[in-house]
Amino acid sequence: MTGVNWVALTVVIILFVFVTGVGFAAARWRRAQSMASLDEWGLGGRGFGTFITWFLLGGDLYTAYTFIAVPAAMFATGAVSGFFAVPYTIIVYPIIFVFLPRLWSVSHRHGYVTPADFVEGRHGSRGLGLAVAVTGILATMPYIALQLVGIQAVLEVMGVGGSNNVIAQDLPLFIAFAVLAAYTYSSGLRAPALIAFVKDFLIYLVIIVAVVYIAVKIGFGASFDAAQKKMATINPATGKPTGVFIPPPAQYWAYASLALGSALALFMYPHSITAVLSSRSRNVIRRNAAILPAYSLVLGLLALLGFAAIAAGTKPIGLNGKPNAQLVVPQFFEDSFPSWFAGVAFAAVAIGALVPAAIMSIAAANLFTRNIYRAYFEREVSREKEAQVSKITSLIVKLGALIFVLSLDRQNAINFQLLGGIWILQTFPALVLGLYTRWFHRWALLIGWAVGMVYGTVAAYQQSSAATKHFGSSLDQVPFVGKLGYIALTAFVINLIVAVVLTFVLRAMKSPEGVDQTEPSDYFADEGDPRVQPIDELTADTSKASST
Amino acid sequence: MPAARGVGSLHTEVEVAEPDQTDRERELSPNRIRPLPPGVLVGAGALILAPIVALMLVGTYSNEDPKLWGFPFFYWYQLLWVFIASGCTYLAYRLVHNARRGGGDR
Repeated sequence: MTGVNWVALTVVIILFVFVTGVGFAAARWRRAQSMASLDEWGLGGRGFGTFITWFLLGGDLYTAYTFIAVPAAMFATGAVSGFFAVPYTIIVYPIIFVFLPRLWSVSHRHGYVTPADFVEGRHGSRGLGLAVAVTGILATMPYIALQLVGIQAVLEVMGVGGSNNVIAQDLPLFIAFAVLAAYTYSSGLRAPALIAFVKDFLIYLVIIVAVVYIAVKIGFGASFDAAQKKMATINPATGKPTGVFIPPPAQYWAYASLALGSALALFMYPHSITAVLSSRSRNVIRRNAAILPAYSLVLGLLALLGFAAIAAGTKPIGLNGKPNAQLVVPQFFEDSFPSWFAGVAFAAVAIGALVPAAIMSIAAANLFTRNIYRAYFEREVSREKEAQVSKITSLIVKLGALIFVLSLDRQNAINFQLLGGIWILQTFPALVLGLYTRWFHRWALLIGWAVGMVYGTVAAYQQSSAATKHFGSSLDQVPFVGKLGYIALTAFVINLIVAVVLTFVLRAMKSPEGVDQTEPSDYFADEGDPRVQPIDELTADTSKASST
Repeated sequence: MPAARGVGSLHTEVEVAEPDQTDRERELSPNRIRPLPPGVLVGAGALILAPIVALMLVGTYSNEDPKLWGFPFFYWYQLLWVFIASGCTYLAYRLVHNARRGGGDR
């Protein structure tokens, strides 16, 4: 291999080995009597306080792909495709402040492990639970795959993986994932929770250094000027400006709907819910809603790295010789900093991929175990077996993501991720509205979900861009509004309308409504409440109750 | 508790275990969760809605000027909202937390 940045590579390997040690050691951290239950393996004992939850959620939500893709979007096409991530990650917290404590309480009371568990119990419908579970798994798989894309971007800039030998090319990725799979298998959610400390420390360090570097060496003013000039330049391929520096009125709707739609969708993802349910009390969630925006600030500054890279003249060119905007952040660090520090930045991204990938695979495995395996194959499954099924599924999920990335074009992973965001938002009515009301009929919710899924998929498929024929954009004309808007949000509104109309119809037909497992008080239960039982008893009880 | 026990047994056990706390328990009774006072609800609601509404109105901040340290208004204004939103959410948390505690129901 020629052109390998050995210093950076060495730093990355050292940090990777360190993190691997942490991952395996995590099994002994806050040790439980037995790891053989989903509450321990899949939710870390449900006892994380404010501090750990902050790191865990930060490590979970702000993924490596985010750190690669947002600045890349800023670099390539500017504000509407990139900077919307800032309002998105600001408004998400007031939204979750409102409904997540309720979900936490009812899940704690009934031993729910996944969002689909709640939907199934609340609406008395295994079918609706299955729909939510399948949507969650479908949306999560490409997201895990994209974490691999993040690692690949770093490896590529270091000069690793460019060989023509297929095996040598993907070997580093393979090793990284095998190690990740091993410690997730043995330590469960404790592994990413502990590694998240390392990840976030590195990310904050890298960002602070980068911001100081930009301020001193490039200048923010110069970065913005360079970006403004680039975005206004006419792209010869399309005859339109390259991108958007500040959204014009025609793009307001697009910008706002991308932010709102993404914010509503974020905590529908199973891996977000997993991290939330692992917390100790309602107040842990509420406090976190107030302190998590610290990561949004980091993300905003990172986004501006895309502009700084324009000013610095960064040329993100892949090992195959083609330009690839995804490489802009690693390339910027390689060009601007000594090799050892570039190595620290690369390690931050790579470790930043491992944390969410671990949590996502755990979340997807829990969905499979609880809402497919237990719901349809073995109603009386024991807690030990549940944990075992989940552990094995987490391996399969990771293997699937690996095959996804290695066999399919990288663009496919990005397309599916776009679709995943659209799909996952369609579970919002059953999950969040279900926390407040039983008014909606279960079949109306199911059909609304199906309509939203189909509309969103078709609309996304039809979008063409200069680069691709399909899935070219997450924006489409909004019916009756006539402006570009986020497809996920449009599909969500259609989903909601269908659910409301059909609820009236099904009510009029007196169609059976299903049994609600929950009662009003469940939505307020908190840590220390005399009616909340210790976890051990809880799961044993509910697994029995729901099977009768 | 053995795995075979049903959900119904829980309530019996709580009552048996804490027979002296019936008054306190009635107050805590989950079926009597008191709604938050209207003032708290409106206050917390406004604090929660403020960042969402402010950032959805893209037209109010899609300007280049006034600049701050080279940042166009569009960029620094949104970054500023990170801090404001965090403060709003924290205040809403304090409001709800105090009201629940003061109301005797945690």
